[in-house]
Amino acid sequence: MLIFEHSHPGRRNPSQAPADKAAINDIPEKFRRKQRPLLPEVSELQAVRHYTRLSQKNFSIDTHFYPLGSCTMKYNPRACNRLAMLPGFLARHPHAPAELSQGFLACMYELQEMLKEVTGMKGVSLTPMAGAQGEFAGMAMIRAYHEARGDSRRTEILVPDAAHGTNPATAVMCGYTVREIPTDAQGDVDIEVLKNTVGPQTAGIMLTNPSTLGVFERRIVEIARIVHEAGGLLYYDGANLNAILGKVKPGDMGFDVIHMNLHKTFSTPHGGGGPGAGPVGVSERLLPFMPVPVVDRDGKTYRLLTEKDRPQTIGRLSAFMGNAGVLLRAYVYARLLGREGMHRVAEFATLNANYLMARLAQSGFDLAFPQRRATHEFIVTLKRQAKELNVSAMDVAKRLLDLGYHAPTTYFPLLVPECLLIEPSETEAKEELDRFIAAMRQILDEAQTAPQQLKAAPHTLPVRRLDDVKAARELDLTWKPAAVA
Amino acid sequence: MPFIPHTEDDIRQMLAAIGASGIEDLFDEIPPELRAEAALENIPDGMSEMDIARLMTERAEQDGRPLCFAGAGAYDHHIPAAVWEIATRGEFYSSYTPYQAEASQGTLQLLYEYQTMMASLTGMDVSNASLYDGASALAEAVLMAVRANRKSQSKRVLLPSTVHPVYRKVVHAIVRTQNIELIELAYCAECGHTVPEALEKYSGQDIAALVIPQPNFFGVLEEVDALTDWAHRNGALAIGLVNPVSLALLAPPSTWGEKGADIVCGEGQPLGAPLSSGGPYFGFLCCKQEHVRQMPGRIVGRTVDLDGKPGFTLTLQAREQHIRRSKATSNICTNQGLVVTAATIHMSLLGPDGLERVAGACHANTLALIDKLTAIPGVTKLLDRPLFHEAVLQLPRPAGEVLRELAAQRVLGGYDLSEDYPELGHALLICATETRTVDDIEIYANHLRRILKP
Amino acid sequence: MSKVPANLKYIKSHEWVEPQADGTVKIGITDHAQDLLGDMVYVDLPQPGRVLKAGQECAVVESVKAASDVYSPIAGEVIAVNEALAASPELVNKDPYGEGWIMRLKPANPVELDNLLDADGYAALIAAEAH
Repeated sequence: MLIFEHSHPGRRNPSQAPADKAAINDIPEKFRRKQRPLLPEVSELQAVRHYTRLSQKNFSIDTHFYPLGSCTMKYNPRACNRLAMLPGFLARHPHAPAELSQGFLACMYELQEMLKEVTGMKGVSLTPMAGAQGEFAGMAMIRAYHEARGDSRRTEILVPDAAHGTNPATAVMCGYTVREIPTDAQGDVDIEVLKNTVGPQTAGIMLTNPSTLGVFERRIVEIARIVHEAGGLLYYDGANLNAILGKVKPGDMGFDVIHMNLHKTFSTPHGGGGPGAGPVGVSERLLPFMPVPVVDRDGKTYRLLTEKDRPQTIGRLSAFMGNAGVLLRAYVYARLLGREGMHRVAEFATLNANYLMARLAQSGFDLAFPQRRATHEFIVTLKRQAKELNVSAMDVAKRLLDLGYHAPTTYFPLLVPECLLIEPSETEAKEELDRFIAAMRQILDEAQTAPQQLKAAPHTLPVRRLDDVKAARELDLTWKPAAVA
Repeated sequence: MPFIPHTEDDIRQMLAAIGASGIEDLFDEIPPELRAEAALENIPDGMSEMDIARLMTERAEQDGRPLCFAGAGAYDHHIPAAVWEIATRGEFYSSYTPYQAEASQGTLQLLYEYQTMMASLTGMDVSNASLYDGASALAEAVLMAVRANRKSQSKRVLLPSTVHPVYRKVVHAIVRTQNIELIELAYCAECGHTVPEALEKYSGQDIAALVIPQPNFFGVLEEVDALTDWAHRNGALAIGLVNPVSLALLAPPSTWGEKGADIVCGEGQPLGAPLSSGGPYFGFLCCKQEHVRQMPGRIVGRTVDLDGKPGFTLTLQAREQHIRRSKATSNICTNQGLVVTAATIHMSLLGPDGLERVAGACHANTLALIDKLTAIPGVTKLLDRPLFHEAVLQLPRPAGEVLRELAAQRVLGGYDLSEDYPELGHALLICATETRTVDDIEIYANHLRRILKP
Repeated sequence: MSKVPANLKYIKSHEWVEPQADGTVKIGITDHAQDLLGDMVYVDLPQPGRVLKAGQECAVVESVKAASDVYSPIAGEVIAVNEALAASPELVNKDPYGEGWIMRLKPANPVELDNLLDADGYAALIAAEAH
């Protein structure tokens, strides 16, 4: 039932709105609204009950193991939310002057410094509001760098074919043409092709390391050298640092710019699809181009640097300074972990992934790269099962939902047929991983003995498989009252 | 080890299953020369929850919670307690993007309800599931209009200078790499609106879109009917940029001019997002049905399951980056799900009547504030036009100085316009929402009177 | 097996061309292509009057899981598009060589037709792709 179907004309919540209805006679009639919007008219209890019940139709980290590869569904500590929502932080207006913002700015400055340290970059700007904006900022800085040098021949961005779809989309948004570089059988970038592709037209390369294939790009230093020698820059899609935190720094690998999804490594909530935060880090040569504002410290006082301080900046990406409340959550998380805790993140994310990988392989699942170590994630391919048993990765994913597990990422990366990209994260206990392995075994068993269990899954959720074709052909994007419809 | 549950015994068993002798073995594919540098010397030691709570409480208190009379894109509204109590339930807070529809019906249904509410507020046919914030939503609306306007061969977009100055900067930063030409339109310095005559020199030219803010950055109401009709006469799309709370009282963009706006966007913060230093907020984007396939971002549709039971799913995904890659409508991946969750609950609790009362009270409080402040010698109201809940005052001294002195008294007195609009002199943009009381206004007036005393 | 009618011409990116008696050509996507893409949900048609080069992107066919560009096999001017696809994109699935046609083109250079694949050539191509 929709909230609108609970609605009754004239029902309202007097405690939530001003008692007096103000006259607005000064606004001429022609500017005024004639017909009320279709908002629900429900009691506070009806709204609370409706949305509480809706929440119960969701899987979440708080309720389910969520081994969703490339998304890092680790525990979101409650303290991060509570402390970011302290009244003083919530009440701070974005135009509050620096003298009434020192507490907030201190947190932002220290977060910037910590992100510099974990990435090995020379500067960090916190403003991008999501990974895709961080990517955009990174590409725009690369473009600004070449332009500032008067180098207008560089029109091409190289992207490995395994890359996330945002990479090519972002490069195009920044006015570049994209050339894909193939991946070799071991999951590494094909160096020979790379050597033959770089040239004076190369603006840069976008790489993820560990790659989206769940393995560490071993020849990264050589790749950096090849691209730099051609005059291009290296962009690090640092969506996920979970497997390398404290183990290796992108700055040391030779990257010029990196974005970090704080909703992954730094455990800010995914919130059903956002808000995220995608700060960017840069090497020395890109410092002048960072998006503003950036937090600066002068003695003991903090202030925001703007276009005046950074005339070569690529500009602003948000009306204020990005998703400040998300940044506060990441700050609290980073302080809770501290140095030791950050090292542990990489160690145990990697331990959990390798354990799950080894046990699933022993249980009869095929690995996409059996000869490689898992990083924070790894890929199982169901190509054999698809052929022999006619069950797809989607069938396995849907059946897992029945058994109380969120599905791993399916059909990404596109390179691996019938793939499940599995990322357990460091916050899951061994016994939870063991239960997941048992569920996967049960599914493999059912694939042979009772394939219909998979084909028709899920059976136990609020809805069964949905008709996506109908959804796209007969678009129904807003509710209309029966009388109109 | 914070948040890591492994015991020594677990570790031993897990390493045995992997066939590794220690955790370090698992990193043996990283070239050793890269490993040496990775110590995190500048990261402080970890803190207990008790210690970080004390630190954060001190810092939050340090910022003093001044009495807020600033708007300029972020508004201090009352948010019912139930809004964030429910939005931060773990099932909403810690869930992922609803790609597995069967396991995400809560989030998906909520987004469908949100789309319905936003489409209705703006009067448009459809809404997406939100974008990052108002400024980036305007940038996406501009990109969308250029794609959607098949009649226009140009990539020229008219952007009035009465649009929020930072929004204009953001639009520049985001669209500049795509050869889109943004043409700023002058405003009338006496009245603060975009004079329809300012458009005449572009009549007959190939223009892809015209942005129409309502109310504009000064709080002033634009001649939206004339502007919309001009756009359509000249083959341009009309992009409405609106404050969602104002729409409880002001004509929805679908009714502007003869045909209504084509695309509508804006900042969703006034619908249940706390000020929170500028984010997270959310941007909304609505449009006419005919442009839906050019709309960036996530969209939820209602459909049926195998048993014919209604259910919700993400739809029109083939436009998006994860499928369309370099040909996607935008590189955008996320929406601002959690803030939209709050906004949907917020709108449900207020209802049409509540939202109308909030809008009315903001407007009335701002009028009262104008009255009180302009009673102070040397303070006058600028821009002689109808307005909504925000206004421009002229001070006898530079606004920046006055704001600093007010801040020392813990009053956030408004937004200094002198940098963005030097031609207005010592101009200050003020706003009093429904959360300001008669006493609050009195306090502001008393401080200002004292500060301005010759 | 996908149908590959003998009377049509083809290109590698899975479009077919059917020369008409009046010198114009009809263009669509092949049975094999619609099978790969799955249930169509939308077809973005070109504007009549548009002048296309050989190999130029001119339409987009969209299914739930993919959106794929359609390339013009030869140069020419778009003289008609299949308006029925707006309401019924599934025609591309049901009848890719008939009611599911996408556009009609007036060829700029009819000899280009001689360079296209014939049915045997195209059938061999998709057979090779399957391995």
